[in-house]
Amino acid sequence: MILLTCPNCGTRNVSEFRYGGEITKRPNPNTATQAEWANYLYVRKNVLGVMPEWWCHQSGCGQWLIAERHTKTHEVLKTYVWEARPQE
Amino acid sequence: MWKLIRHGLNGNKPLPRMWRTHDLKDSYDVVIIGGGVHGLAAAYYLAKYHGITNVAVLEKRYIGSGGSGRNTTILRSNYLTPEGVAFYDESIKLYENLSVDLDFNVLFSQRGHLTLAHSDAAVRTMRWRAEVNQIQGVNSSLIYPDEIAKLCPHLDLSEHPRYPILGALYHPPGGIIRHDAVVWGYARGADERGVHIHQLTEVTGINVENNKVISVQTNCGTIKTGMVLNATAGWCSLICDMVDVKLPITSHPLQACVSEALKPFLDVVIVSGSLHVYVSQSDRGELVMGASIDPYQSYSLDSTLGFLESLSGHMLELFPSLSRVKILRQWAGVCDMTPDYSPIMGFTPVEGFVVDVGWGTYGFKAGPVSGKRMAELIATNRTPDLIAPFYLGRFEDGALIGEKGAASVGH
Repeated sequence: MILLTCPNCGTRNVSEFRYGGEITKRPNPNTATQAEWANYLYVRKNVLGVMPEWWCHQSGCGQWLIAERHTKTHEVLKTYVWEARPQE
Repeated sequence: MWKLIRHGLNGNKPLPRMWRTHDLKDSYDVVIIGGGVHGLAAAYYLAKYHGITNVAVLEKRYIGSGGSGRNTTILRSNYLTPEGVAFYDESIKLYENLSVDLDFNVLFSQRGHLTLAHSDAAVRTMRWRAEVNQIQGVNSSLIYPDEIAKLCPHLDLSEHPRYPILGALYHPPGGIIRHDAVVWGYARGADERGVHIHQLTEVTGINVENNKVISVQTNCGTIKTGMVLNATAGWCSLICDMVDVKLPITSHPLQACVSEALKPFLDVVIVSGSLHVYVSQSDRGELVMGASIDPYQSYSLDSTLGFLESLSGHMLELFPSLSRVKILRQWAGVCDMTPDYSPIMGFTPVEGFVVDVGWGTYGFKAGPVSGKRMAELIATNRTPDLIAPFYLGRFEDGALIGEKGAASVGH
């Protein structure tokens, strides 16, 4: 079972959350080529390991947050809101 | 059966092995990664139709340990898009002759397949699907509760349920099959023709030189080859990463379960998209049930209570009389989902690296036709017309298939 910690509501069952998928970076729509845009829309890394991903606390406060979760063991390392993300 | 009786009277010698083990050779003409129904069928048809027998099938665990041994064995061809219908119809026809072709009983039972419609909109979609099917010669029609009651009297056909049953798409050639037998039959057929099946052999890397595959590294040694087929379903992204081919695929678990054995009462396959449930009764009497994929990306094979709870609830909405029946077993498989619910088959930008992936929740029913057409692609070095719409570049070209009738549930 996956437990996610919402920054507003605390630790809750995954069934309260809506999955938002891998974090992808949108290219500039005015300058992106067809390939770059298709890449952004469809291509996914599909990592086996820890991956930052979007979740929304749909049945709670509605907050979108980022969880770093292992895609096989389901261990959640940390959760944070977009503004508090680690700087690259 | 006579073989078994003769064997029983013959002094209890163990039956001969259906496929042999070999040492890994230094080089093969074709290396197929993934020992499921797709990989083994491709090896079988390569040997049978194209005379290419210097082939290795590499499987990291035992053959049929992935999706081929974890699906709910439902076969059908009542899809929504013309591309999908033509493709899956050829698959059903191959399945119909498979027992004879492989000289191995795969227990294909064409018992009829019902997709239930719970709303006016769903009834319209079913009629649409029936028309698309009929125009392509696939036996499929829209029926109403009076006829459904004759086929399956145990369904709650009253007006009381939250989602009353208003009609169904009836597809008589659909049915169930013994999935392990399909895998074993293909393995035996391929082995007899000289294909090497290597179990417990995991691919750890693929070497590419000048954009051309030259060899495959495994935990048992390196193999020189100029042609690699990726048929690894849920794990396909990991293999494609080795040659830097990017895929529009995410892996999701799909769970299923069986009930305790009951006397035979359900002789059709029942599917409900609105209730996310499909069920059939196996030859052993167990109800084999499945639902939609888990809503998050994962490579985990764990079962969850949430799945069991929601599936059982939906089952009871269809069959209230099953409320005392116990669940016996639950498991999960990993599905490689594409954005348009259609597979990705064909060449990649890397020469000598072809894919048969993106099989999502509908891979088992397409095993024979994929194997046959991928074998043709490898042998002739051109894409057969039947699988041409499923090319990898369609996402960049905006030529998605949109097979909403593909996975029977989850839309």
